[in-house]
Amino acid sequence: MSTATMTMTTAPRVRRPTRLVTTGVMIGRSLRHTVRNVDAMIMAIMLPTMLMLLFTFVFGGAIDGGRGGYVDYVVPGIILLCAGFGAASTAVDVADDMSNGIIDRFRTMPLRAMSVLTGHVVASLARNLLATGVVIGVALLLGFRPNADVLDWLGAIGVIAVFILAITWLYAAIGLAARSVEAANGYGFALLFLPYLSSAFVPTDTMPSWLQWIAENQPITPIIETIRGLLMGTDAGTRPLWAMGWCLVIIAAAYLWGSWLFARRARRN
Amino acid sequence: MTNPAIDVRSLRKSFGNQHVLDGVDLAVEAGSIFALLGPNGAGKTTLINILATLTAADSGTAIVAGHDVAEDPDGVREAVSLTGQYAAVDEVLTGEENLRMLARLSGFSAEQARARATELLTRFDLTDAAARRAKSYSGGMRRRLDIALGLVADPPVLFLDEPTTGLDARSRQALWRTIRELASAGTTILLTTQYLDEADALADRIAVLDGGRIVAEGSAAQLKARIGGELVEVRSADGVLLREIPTDGSLDSLRRVLADVAADPASVAVHVVVRKPSLDDVFLTITGAAPQSTIDAEQEVAA
Ligand SMILES: Nc1ncnc2c1ncn2[C@@H]1O[C@H](COP(=O)(O)OP(=O)(O)OP(=O)(O)O)[C@@H](O)[C@H]1O
Ligand SMILES: [Mg+2]
Repeated sequence: MSTATMTMTTAPRVRRPTRLVTTGVMIGRSLRHTVRNVDAMIMAIMLPTMLMLLFTFVFGGAIDGGRGGYVDYVVPGIILLCAGFGAASTAVDVADDMSNGIIDRFRTMPLRAMSVLTGHVVASLARNLLATGVVIGVALLLGFRPNADVLDWLGAIGVIAVFILAITWLYAAIGLAARSVEAANGYGFALLFLPYLSSAFVPTDTMPSWLQWIAENQPITPIIETIRGLLMGTDAGTRPLWAMGWCLVIIAAAYLWGSWLFARRARRN
Repeated sequence: MTNPAIDVRSLRKSFGNQHVLDGVDLAVEAGSIFALLGPNGAGKTTLINILATLTAADSGTAIVAGHDVAEDPDGVREAVSLTGQYAAVDEVLTGEENLRMLARLSGFSAEQARARATELLTRFDLTDAAARRAKSYSGGMRRRLDIALGLVADPPVLFLDEPTTGLDARSRQALWRTIRELASAGTTILLTTQYLDEADALADRIAVLDGGRIVAEGSAAQLKARIGGELVEVRSADGVLLREIPTDGSLDSLRRVLADVAADPASVAVHVVVRKPSLDDVFLTITGAAPQSTIDAEQEVAA
């Protein structure tokens, strides 16, 4: 009977868009959201910049007596914090989408509704790379003097990008798991504490031993040490492998968790 | 009906221990307008969501445009479009961006998408607001954009859940026109509405959903015939409706009712109006939500 039904009208019918078009449209949508959410954009850039100023001027003096050395030490950590701030709003964006009817519209169309998440993740990557650029610029003004060549820089940016992808997917899944936009905001905030329990601001050997164990074995530390190694020429040892391993595990886990949550919410609704 | 575009058999759906749909059977002919009525909470939205693949039924079958909603949801999605009860627009994007996005996601080229957006903006009287973010739209404008989004792809089957709620009289008339045009071009339209005059004016067939089942189905005329012939309205001198008494339309029953009214000492200086039943009367009678006076009147006549 379907053919008979289909031939009832001469009007053009729904065609299934290609995966590429769907993903492209979703990325365009999320980028527009990002650019138009001026507050989130300012927060993503301002907060890490202020943290950088705080750490270098207020704590920097007390910690090692001179500013220059501490700037060099702290910048990689601030870069990671920065990525975290910018990515946290992905949880809110996703939760917002899920509570809005637009997702139901996508779900009744012959497309992969999950690509909504891909859109948010790519937009977050763009937003955070921009914020990272600003933070590095400010750091250079404050006296950050990396001894990195072009390849080191590219490597560092690559590591930062992979980290942003990992943390954004995690936030996207958190946004799906949260029951409300406010909750997504709250859960997302909790993750921002991780960099403080790492080698971001002080070397781990200054910490009490139990904390040192946590700081050494959590994913942020190898990532920071990898970036530090690339930009400052410090010896990172096997940490780049750990850093990439952690990021890939987080991406895979968050993606699977997100897919499961997405399908579950789709069925419920 | 040889060729239903929507064919629902023994459909059941519960939320917890609440049986929202309790064996629904429904067939909608291709190219027709079908109105689904029912009191709040009857399960109209639930049924439409199942047909549009948003919600899974517990049991029963639903075939939409030849595809089973449970077995071939993607086939269904290629053939339907849903405009839900609550607006589903992207508030951050402008009206035009919303339409273009939907067109791209329906397989239009960028060029075709732009043309389609312009066409729909014009049709739904949103050209002036095209470049404004949907967040700034009034309720009715948002609803119009929402409906326009549902029409972008021009699918063979269209679900409209309370499409005219919140629209002003002019927009409502315009939407009725659009719905009629679509149907005469072959689109099958299943809509819900709380405005019974709308169902009366628009729908080829009407079904009433109540207590989880379809309790009445037919054309508006057939449904009205179900509750008999003329109604006798008894109004006070200042026009307040006192009683509404159904008759079977025969001269005999009319005479009996009028004699009763005349014999009632309370009915000094009353106005009596004899009228045809409206769909509201049908709805109230069928769904058991009839006001007290009508129920009394029925018992009176039966006695
Ligand atoms: N996701 C859900 N979880 C639990 N109960 C639900 C859910 N969706 C609907 N219901 C319940 O199912 C019943 C039918 O709801 P539905 O929205 O289908 O009614 P409706 O006929 O569309 O009503 P209205 O005219 O008010 O729009 C209601 O009692 C509602 O509370
Ligand atoms: Mg409803």
